[in-house]
Amino acid sequence: MSELLVATRKGLFTLVRRDARWTIDRADFIGSPVSLVSSDPRDGTRLAALDHGHFGCKLHRSRDGRTWDEIAAPTYPEKPADFVEPEGAQPVPWNLKLIWALQPGGADQPGRVWCGTIPGGLFRSDDGGDSWELVEALWNHPSRAKWFGGGADQPGVHSICVDPRDSRRVLLGVSCGGAWLTTDDGASWEQRAHGMRAAYLPEERALDPENQDPHCIVQCAARPDHCWAQHHNGIFRSTDDARSWHELSENARPSAFGFPVAVHPGDADLAWFVPAVKDEMRIPAEAKVVVSRTRDGGKTFDVLGDGLPQSHAYDLVYRHALDVDPSGDVLAFGSTTGSLWVSEDQGDHWTHVSAHLPPVYAVRFTRA
Amino acid sequence: MPQVHFTANIQRHVSCPPGEVAGATVREALEAVFVGNPRARGYVLDDQGALRKHMVVFVDGQQIRDRVGLSDAVSPSARIHVMQALSGG
Repeated sequence: MSELLVATRKGLFTLVRRDARWTIDRADFIGSPVSLVSSDPRDGTRLAALDHGHFGCKLHRSRDGRTWDEIAAPTYPEKPADFVEPEGAQPVPWNLKLIWALQPGGADQPGRVWCGTIPGGLFRSDDGGDSWELVEALWNHPSRAKWFGGGADQPGVHSICVDPRDSRRVLLGVSCGGAWLTTDDGASWEQRAHGMRAAYLPEERALDPENQDPHCIVQCAARPDHCWAQHHNGIFRSTDDARSWHELSENARPSAFGFPVAVHPGDADLAWFVPAVKDEMRIPAEAKVVVSRTRDGGKTFDVLGDGLPQSHAYDLVYRHALDVDPSGDVLAFGSTTGSLWVSEDQGDHWTHVSAHLPPVYAVRFTRA
Repeated sequence: MPQVHFTANIQRHVSCPPGEVAGATVREALEAVFVGNPRARGYVLDDQGALRKHMVVFVDGQQIRDRVGLSDAVSPSARIHVMQALSGG
């Protein structure tokens, strides 16, 4: 059975299922912000991103789930003295601000790990994180001049989907910069956010793919042409390899705003969201924590609240803080107020695992 | 030779014992430290080699002026303190 990794503002917690209950088995990096954690299905390696604030962002690796070693953090190259900012660009510092995505490569690319960051750089490692290289084709893409920060001061790569059919095909989600696809292992990139809509921009710019703010993009493992996006504006779906996106916000209940999305690994029509009141509010609708679930590709949504607090609850769930396990039956999510819930029946019922964790940044089931 | 001391807070993450190093500027002195302790570099300097935003360096009790180039001069008897700023974090 998978273990459950919970990255929080004050450490990394590893939970195991024992005697039919999920319990905290380990606590690592206590006192340090752990912005993200990943589990590699190829060999079980875990990566934890630490954000030390004063001392910068660091990466740690565990081969056994018990002991951790610091490895290289992605580092932006020296900015050339004669570098000319693209016309219209708001210059961003060439400094790592946050590790916002960690995704192992395909089974045919041992050692490959992709890392998305703020201020917008994508990095690639081919030695499991011992060294990193900025993906220059994306960093130097002229369209990057149109990216801007959403929530954070600078843009960032937060979603990385490696196509299980072909590891050289990688889809990114960028806030705010749309969705980007490479089909040649990062050598070239094209915009794939057509159909997304940005109500936070003037009408004439609302459909510009470069200005879209997908909060999270996921891909169905069994049908990789099928993707879901929880966007700043609502819920979008693509069934054609992200060539086009269709908005389903009007069907969403109780609201279409939120950060995370999870899709069933074997059923592209089955996806989960954690809705909130949009923009400056960022609290659950009517102060009730619920998960919304669609089983029919977004035509209808179930509102699931059994086991979740239904009055005066102000938990927000960040984009990496919802996950579904490889079986597709077990879900977990953690909140900004330090609660963690698990469901073992696709969201019908939820168990409150803890109410006293630090603010939760990321929740991931182990994959090996 | 200049003496370099690091904040106690950094020791939790990477050991940075005090030491004497050669150098006529803050940059030269710190780089001399990092030759023997390369992991410490990223804790003190950013990707571009400037002092991290929320770090501060004192030379003989005075904050350095050049946080980017680290060109402030240090004398052979200087005491360099690498500290956390009280901002940020």
